[in-house]
Amino acid sequence: MQDLKPSYIKTFAKDDLELSTKDLRVLYGGKVQKLFDASLQFKEHTITALIGASGSGKSTFLRSLNRMNDRVAKINGEIWFHGLDVNQPNINVYELRKNIGMVFQRPNPFPKSIRENIVYALKADGQNDKNELDRIVEESLRAAALWDEVKDKLDKSALALSGGQQQRLCIARALAVKPEVLLLDEPASALDPVSTSKLEDTLKQLRSRYTMIMVTHNMQQASRISDYTAFFHLGHVIEYNSTAEIFTNPKGKITEDYIQGSFG
Amino acid sequence: MHEIFLDELKKLNTQFMEMGVFVNDNIDDATRAFVDHNKEKAKSMVDDEEKIPSESIDIQKQALKLMALQQPVATDFRVVISILKATTDLERIGENAMSIALETIRVKGNPRIPEVEEIISNMTHNVRHMLIQVLTAYVQDDEKMARDVASRDSIIDHDYVRARQLIVDGIEGDPSRAMASSSYFVVTRLLERIGDHIVNLASWVIYKTTGELEELSNPTENLTI
Repeated sequence: MQDLKPSYIKTFAKDDLELSTKDLRVLYGGKVQKLFDASLQFKEHTITALIGASGSGKSTFLRSLNRMNDRVAKINGEIWFHGLDVNQPNINVYELRKNIGMVFQRPNPFPKSIRENIVYALKADGQNDKNELDRIVEESLRAAALWDEVKDKLDKSALALSGGQQQRLCIARALAVKPEVLLLDEPASALDPVSTSKLEDTLKQLRSRYTMIMVTHNMQQASRISDYTAFFHLGHVIEYNSTAEIFTNPKGKITEDYIQGSFG
Repeated sequence: MHEIFLDELKKLNTQFMEMGVFVNDNIDDATRAFVDHNKEKAKSMVDDEEKIPSESIDIQKQALKLMALQQPVATDFRVVISILKATTDLERIGENAMSIALETIRVKGNPRIPEVEEIISNMTHNVRHMLIQVLTAYVQDDEKMARDVASRDSIIDHDYVRARQLIVDGIEGDPSRAMASSSYFVVTRLLERIGDHIVNLASWVIYKTTGELEELSNPTENLTI
């Protein structure tokens, strides 16, 4: 039996925190436990990479943060977002997801125009001031580093964009509702190296305004763009530290074995 | 994937150790030739002067290739970086040994100062022992041994200062020894520099073993040299 005790878990000053979990446990079907007592703190305006083998619990953890697992699993524990435990039944999850947005592995734009993709949620929320919506379209697309590439075809179908552009459009769409946190589930795994590089540049630029938590299977990506890295193994958080420390001098043997690719 | 890397790393390690042992022999050959005034031996060393730099380049190329293609992290990363940096120090030590050989060829004037030559032999013995030990510490990931080696640089520094005084006294006692003595200055200085490079090697052993990068400076060095 492997020792699954955490080797190091980084913590931050309370004032620096954007989001944190305490003893988060996730059970699927009432009996299969996928996540064990995960207590992690996320610092404001940083990028944190969640790494670990398939089935290690990192995506389960990520999806729990904005209550995406509610219907498929039982989630116990606390999720603190600016002084509020958002893992409570009385929390409006739709409001929560405005603050904690999500970008998925495969680009999933709506089969609508580029413009409509951005304003869809805003319109549904009752906003219909055209000038204001146009402003948000430009602002969001600029933030996602896509504006220059699509400004002349905002009314063309989003599905005509390349995979990399579609993924940046999904980021722009998430940014349109002004979230504070962006959750990214392997955002670059379906992209070619050039699109990946653009996406990474975009995320780095967004860091000054947003807090990002990203699941990735790509070790180089984690080391290139994240400030902090958490390593998950068999549902346990084994090590959480600055990315530089994790990749040059990890404290735990399992962490070291995983990132060096000599697992098992 | 990792197996391939470890295999390549093993080859690199072997190459690095071989270079270390060769450099160590060079220190011995050069100082022995100097003390014995054996210009033939020194010349044969100088004829072979390309060997260490080309070996160093070869190791660095291999290390850079591993960095670029295998993108090592954690301990693997530290091992490759340590080799890359330590190889440069080994090469410098080799250059210093070569300079001692060149000084042997250059030296003129016979009146000697036996006490200084004794110190040179002593310094040589010490740096060679330190070099072998630091290489052993490298192989065994022995942080304590690396620190121990580094701390012994103060003995080298002390001998260097003592030699300098003896050389000055020797020249004052018999000015005909001035010419030979200028070489004594050069050689003792080179041996002292070799000691400093060995301290650098020790700091790379510590980085490789612990992940901590620190300056292993000798606290007395600035006061005496």
